[in-house]
Amino acid sequence: MSVVRPYGDTTGDGMVQLSFTLPVKHDKVAEGAAVQLANKMGMDPALVVHAKAMGPDFTFFVVYGRVHHLVDTSKVEVVERDYPLLTPKEVNAAVKARLRRRLTVVGACIGTDAHTVGIDAILNIKGFAGEKGLEYYRELRVVNLGAQVSVPELVDRAITEKADAVLVSQVVTQRDAHLLNTREMSAAFREAFPAARRPLLVVGGPRFDETMAGDLGVDRVFGRGTTPGEVASFLVHRIKEKKAA
Amino acid sequence: MSTLDRKLHLDPATVRRARSLARKVGKPIVKLATGHTTVSVERATLRLAGLAGADSEGTPWVNRLADVVRADVGLEHGLALPVWDALVRGEAEDLSTLAQKAAVGSVRFRLPEGRDATRARSAAKKQVGAGVRRIDQRRKERDRLIKKIGDAPRQPWIYLIVATGDIMEDIPQAQAAAREGADVIAVIRSTGQSLLDYVPEGATREGFAGTYATQENFRLMRAALDETSKELGRYVRLTNYASGLCMPEIAALAGLERLDMMLNDSMYGILFRDINPVRTFVDQRFSRQVHARAGIVINTGEDNYLTTADAVEAAHTVTVSQLLNEYFAKEAGLEDWQLGLGHAFEIDPAVPESFRLELAHALLARELFPDAPLKWMPPTRHMTGDVFRGYLLDGFFNLAGALTGQGILLVGMMTEAVVTPWLSDRDLALQNVRYVLDAAGGLREDFRPARDGFIVQRAHQVLAESIDLLDDIANHEKGLLDAIADGTFGLMKRPADGGKGLDGVAKKSSGYYNPATEILEAAE
Repeated sequence: MSVVRPYGDTTGDGMVQLSFTLPVKHDKVAEGAAVQLANKMGMDPALVVHAKAMGPDFTFFVVYGRVHHLVDTSKVEVVERDYPLLTPKEVNAAVKARLRRRLTVVGACIGTDAHTVGIDAILNIKGFAGEKGLEYYRELRVVNLGAQVSVPELVDRAITEKADAVLVSQVVTQRDAHLLNTREMSAAFREAFPAARRPLLVVGGPRFDETMAGDLGVDRVFGRGTTPGEVASFLVHRIKEKKAA
Repeated sequence: MSTLDRKLHLDPATVRRARSLARKVGKPIVKLATGHTTVSVERATLRLAGLAGADSEGTPWVNRLADVVRADVGLEHGLALPVWDALVRGEAEDLSTLAQKAAVGSVRFRLPEGRDATRARSAAKKQVGAGVRRIDQRRKERDRLIKKIGDAPRQPWIYLIVATGDIMEDIPQAQAAAREGADVIAVIRSTGQSLLDYVPEGATREGFAGTYATQENFRLMRAALDETSKELGRYVRLTNYASGLCMPEIAALAGLERLDMMLNDSMYGILFRDINPVRTFVDQRFSRQVHARAGIVINTGEDNYLTTADAVEAAHTVTVSQLLNEYFAKEAGLEDWQLGLGHAFEIDPAVPESFRLELAHALLARELFPDAPLKWMPPTRHMTGDVFRGYLLDGFFNLAGALTGQGILLVGMMTEAVVTPWLSDRDLALQNVRYVLDAAGGLREDFRPARDGFIVQRAHQVLAESIDLLDDIANHEKGLLDAIADGTFGLMKRPADGGKGLDGVAKKSSGYYNPATEILEAAE
């Protein structure tokens, strides 16, 4: 059955729970306002089961109620990640099995961009969003070149470090600097390496469009909110593909 | 701690051995630290002398001046002699004018000798001494305020975080958190500040996932919390971060602006920020000397090891780091009441008996450091987004804190790893803490782990492993530096000649002079 409703304790009862805060003092009006919000969100009837003042100006509510919406699972559209998300352990195991050596990742902010926030979030062990950065992975060797690295310098280091992957972060987008820099970088790598030997090129930053990889000449573009685990999983996925090819 | 409170029956000789090994491991590091200086130590000295502000591009005057002096005479003699020599020579009427002139290249610095050196030295000492006296005054002011207004009602102190990125937004949030029950407010710094080799200036309104630590932000927040403290009848403490490349300067600013606690770990920057080990140890020692003088409680960062390594397997690395942090802290003049040694509730809840293991580890820290206000950090690693389960886990964390007499309790949020805490998350979290402390605050009295039981045995095992590790570190050719280089802590490998900020380190010359270090060392 592809058409369903939320399930409380009986099929089709449509029961959901919701909690939120309104910026009003706690009184009967506040509770009425909470019901009104729940009604507008489609809960009918809506039952305020808990209301608590948080200081003089805010009230916290827990609301239970019925929604009448139907969802059709056959009509759900999802953009699937085209590679599986792996745990650090699985990434390490995959690298060990495929390469029989550590996978080398060289990272940098290129051009005049001095914002290492992105590259550090992905590479530093400290990590991002509760996930440890790539330095945490035993089977990844991380060389973080930091900020304001020129493209020729990056290519040189990629050669000397025998990089399997190059990660570039771009935050500054004035006059499309992020796009120009990325194209310059990918062109330089294509020039310096035969196609089969070229390291994986990955760029990331808050203003990139993830569909632009082909246009920019890189293997993958990561947008806002990307976690280290996603990047690591992608790298492993691509070395597997390469090996298989 | 009375004998009644000793629940683990630790052998005093074993505890002494652990401490003496920590001293053995730490001593060469102190020697290394006293033999070097860094750009940030020198800039902190200029800040103590009153040099503040920044040029039109936002580069602080201390950086502008330090860079020029360094280019002219090098860093190895310290900046005080060449700087105050220039002032004595009449190159400028004050430090700020001197910095501006230096920035446009109209002053040349030299290393004074003989009577010139003596004059420069005494002028420097007088001016820097005035800055240290201001820190002394701020400390007295804190004592006075606590006496007049009242202190936090009970231990553990409840520690809450604000982190909006905008100081003007942080202030009402911090005040609200204090009204809701926080005894300590920490303002999280912007991502990446630890790697800036300068301290930003002024009130700042845009940070990434946190707010920049600046002198003006410190001042604004402290003033706001003073207001709220008076309103609430209890002194609300303010915390920030003396870490990263500028930790000595931030420590000095914290002392000048009467911050009350500072995150300040001896190895965090090396391990988690890849800052050069020598730079870190030199900066660490200076910043701790400042904290000691300012009456600031430091919070160390052992909880971080457990976010990277397994909390059961790596439990002893926490103990080792606490012992080292204690040694380095005391060497720098800090007293027991100033040591907020860190540890965390990070064992995978799926591990059988995980709560008993947590109790064993927390009690071990309590009994090894009976007079330190331990900093107890909530679960983060095993918070999944299932906020209901997370709320339960935080309840157990609070219970472990109450049962083991922790001094500073960082309030866990059920939305950890989901969102930055909402108003309601904070309120629910505080209800959780209050419920546990009200319901079981005195349970510590009745809690007697069986003498040969699981908890006691586990604590003994962790202490034994800590001693083995300390022994192992002491036997490395270059001791702690080698141990750090080969990944002993938190699994990170950090060689002594790598990492950020190495170019800001210099071996002291025989004529090195720094009035701040002289004054701070004399106090001990």
